[in-house]
Amino acid sequence: MNYLGDVAALARKDLRLELRARDTLPAMLLFVLSTLVVFHFALPSGADELAAQGLLWVALVFTALLGLTRAWSPEREDGALDGLVLAPSDRSAIWLGKSAAVFVFLVAIELVALPAFALFFSPLDAGAVLGVLLADVGICAVGTLLAAMAAASRTRELILPLLFLPLAIPLIVGGVGASVSTDPGRYLAFLGLYDAVFAILCWASFEYVVSE
Amino acid sequence: MVAAVAAALVGLAIVLAFFVAPEDADQGISQRIFYFHVPIALTAYACFGWGAWKALLLLWKREERYDLESYVAIHQGTIFGALTLATGSIWAKASWGKWWVWDSNQLVLFLVLFLFYSAYFMLRFSIDEGPRRANVSAVYALFGVALIPVSFFAIRLAEDFIHPTTFTREGPQMTGTMFFTFCVAWLAITVLAYALYRVELLGKRLDANLRELREALT
Repeated sequence: MNYLGDVAALARKDLRLELRARDTLPAMLLFVLSTLVVFHFALPSGADELAAQGLLWVALVFTALLGLTRAWSPEREDGALDGLVLAPSDRSAIWLGKSAAVFVFLVAIELVALPAFALFFSPLDAGAVLGVLLADVGICAVGTLLAAMAAASRTRELILPLLFLPLAIPLIVGGVGASVSTDPGRYLAFLGLYDAVFAILCWASFEYVVSE
Repeated sequence: MVAAVAAALVGLAIVLAFFVAPEDADQGISQRIFYFHVPIALTAYACFGWGAWKALLLLWKREERYDLESYVAIHQGTIFGALTLATGSIWAKASWGKWWVWDSNQLVLFLVLFLFYSAYFMLRFSIDEGPRRANVSAVYALFGVALIPVSFFAIRLAEDFIHPTTFTREGPQMTGTMFFTFCVAWLAITVLAYALYRVELLGKRLDANLRELREALT
């Protein structure tokens, strides 16, 4: 099997697991909708639409975190990750497959969350949607690797937000900029740059995270 | 030896900063913290960079000693980063009247880095000692050096929508003596960091050796 075939097989495995067990996606969906409702009450009356745009990003990042904490749990059970690491394929394929699966989850959630946001708060323009998509790439790339690190630690779910949030700050800056600015081009370019830099770094370093 | 040189240089820097360098016409005495704040910040960057370099060497050469060296460098970097936040905060209070200003890119960057590297310790100490921990710590340390320029750029970008009117600060027009004082202070802080790095590394190695000895004896 070639490299992309491995990646596709691994991503398919995650999607199939989720389709059968359905334990992550419904949770993420309910979480993001609840967060949006909480935000409605967190914003005092008179707060402008821009504030809601910023909060959308908080909701997205925390929803992604919720999904990421579960990302490696199927592999952790029964030492399945060791089996994957021993498989005769490039180890970075494991990361890429997992990132692709998480990306699909995230986009699926956003297909509901973004219209819900538009309904509850204010409509989103093309810049914002593009920003969300680009940020998703970065969130999945970095988040999947950090989740693998967290899975190796004793504290697991506890430590992932601590690792992830400082690295997500540039994504928030780019995403909020793309949502609120009249000229989103620069922010989208920045998000693309972030994705490229960190995807390469994750791709190159994943092997060391899962092997000894 | 290094410690003595560091102490002498720091003493010299203090004398230069407080008694030799001329008073800043605009900011008065509070400007003198510049001679410590900026070198401390630069040293913190240097420590993070050094830690990442050792991390890269660990992943590349697979020699165990690089793990401890990387950790100690990042530990020093975090201490100097916290000092940067403290001195920056004092300077902000003195010259802008507030303990914290989001206008100051450098301060915000250091806050992000401080959070990032604090998580490094959380991560490191929640994994059992061994090659796995060394690898994971090293990869995280490498993320740090990628995060520094990316965050810096991001904070610059964020100014446009968070602060439409950017705080413009004219770069201090340094006189010769001021620049000389700054250079001495920078050298002093760098040597101090190196001395601390050596001391901590020595202590940690001694610790490890002692533990091995104790295990061998029991």
